[in-house]
Amino acid sequence: MISVEFALTPEEKAILEGKQGATLQKVMESVVLYGQVFGAKRLVPLDSPVHLVTSFGMPLLKPVFAMMDELIAAGLKTEKPFTVDPRPIDYTNVPCNPLEKLIFTIMYGKQKEYEKLLSKVGLKDENAFTCTCYLPEVGNIPARGDRLAWAESSAVVFANSVIGARSNRNSGIIEFFCGILGKAPEFGLLTDEGRRAKWLVEVKTSRLPNAQLLGSAIGMKVVEDVPYITGLDRFLGTELTATVKDYLKDMGAASASNGAVGLYHVENLTPEAVEQGRSLLVKDYRTYTIDDQELERVFASYPEMWKQPAARPKLCFIGCPHLSLPQLESWLERITGALAKAGRAKVAIPTFLCAAPDVCQAFAKDRTRYERLLASGVRLTSMCALMYMNNPLCAKKPVITNSNKLRTYTTAKFLLDDDVLARIVNG
Amino acid sequence: MSKVFKGRAILPGNTTGEAVVSRQGMNILASYQKSALKKTKQMICGDQNNPDLYKKDLRDKIICLPQTIGSTTGGMILETAIQMGIGPRAMLFADHIDSLAAAGLILSDVWLKNRVITIDQLGADFLRQVQDGQTIEIKEDGTVIILS
Repeated sequence: MISVEFALTPEEKAILEGKQGATLQKVMESVVLYGQVFGAKRLVPLDSPVHLVTSFGMPLLKPVFAMMDELIAAGLKTEKPFTVDPRPIDYTNVPCNPLEKLIFTIMYGKQKEYEKLLSKVGLKDENAFTCTCYLPEVGNIPARGDRLAWAESSAVVFANSVIGARSNRNSGIIEFFCGILGKAPEFGLLTDEGRRAKWLVEVKTSRLPNAQLLGSAIGMKVVEDVPYITGLDRFLGTELTATVKDYLKDMGAASASNGAVGLYHVENLTPEAVEQGRSLLVKDYRTYTIDDQELERVFASYPEMWKQPAARPKLCFIGCPHLSLPQLESWLERITGALAKAGRAKVAIPTFLCAAPDVCQAFAKDRTRYERLLASGVRLTSMCALMYMNNPLCAKKPVITNSNKLRTYTTAKFLLDDDVLARIVNG
Repeated sequence: MSKVFKGRAILPGNTTGEAVVSRQGMNILASYQKSALKKTKQMICGDQNNPDLYKKDLRDKIICLPQTIGSTTGGMILETAIQMGIGPRAMLFADHIDSLAAAGLILSDVWLKNRVITIDQLGADFLRQVQDGQTIEIKEDGTVIILS
């Protein structure tokens, strides 16, 4: 098919020839062909568990179910226990009406069945459903330089940029097959050359930009290229503290969804930028300057997706990607503080903070703080707000969010954090 | 007069069919999800953000496009559409094929034994020249001929 020289070890060759069964042969054939398409010349071992994007039991995806059945029948599973994206629904914490539930049943009607299949092919545990698998409470944390095969775009960009691990933005299923083989084709962001920056992004704003807005601007400009970002260390410092990591998590997710960024370097901050500095830039790099006016322009460019632009919001989602524990704590303080200031006891619109099951459990362990959150009317959930919004009935609701990823893929309206706070307190 | 282009044959084959053209990145999930859920015999593109394809029947057509875009679940949706018999006859990429389309088309070929002929790197001029409704002939060495 494609004339790319691909060096296989004797074991890999034997698998490709079907000597370890027809199913594993198809797994190997799919991964090798996928690698060849992108110029890979060999497979390299994975150092950390995979993270899967396919978390939903959509009856529509019959080939996926058939493939899973075949893999299980052949006794195949991932080499290491894997994590997976969030569940699509949470009837307990995010109620819906009977009609919405009916649509969810059509869309995700095989969720329980699918989760059983996942557990047979290597799922870490029942709490492994989150897009932020790299958080300490969840524990799928690669080390610097680890080779990975992940697919969730927000997780890939965090692992590459903030941790300094190496993963391509893989397609769903391919990352799963790599997990079974314990290997990935070597190309793109797995190589030194693929990690060099084609863009110099100069942040020249008067104050620290909103992370989600900055990421959006960068993603829209550089699309799938690697940016080298300067000027952020003025505001963030030069240490990767928990707060800085959270900022970069949200900025990266916006750049990955508003564009297709898989890796960024931040001068004096992210590991490869600290080590290699501007030598990461390719010779003929392009420059993009972001100032206050540019961010205003980007914000104003977002299309109006609500049928009635002045409608009163009916729901608010905070946490796409999922919130970290410090972010949950911060939102609790901000919401309760704003409610007290406004002389109110509860939020004016249903508000959901989304975080990994392990993070929610860690938060709820402190009963006082959990009760304070519940008393404010805010609910915790571990579902994926994006998959919730894929329900056509939910998509018709005026939903607000502070997530630029959710804005990109759904009809949710993006607001800056202070504006989100004002709306959920005052309606 | 016919126009000839040469690309890289990723999933080679010989076929002739009708072109449908997207000048912008094609979002697989947004394009296919609605028809796939309805289980119709046609594949009416549901992506409102793609004026080139929106509401057109893509079933059994030769889709000419730069790349696909969108959710990393797109490959699985494409594989599903092919299994349901509402997939394309061939996909012709002006640019380098992207990871989503590559995965969907490879999974279909390897696991379903259902090949959708796939050629990439046909160049920007191919996308400028090809028009909706034209007849296209594809040869297994990656040659693409716009016949009318």
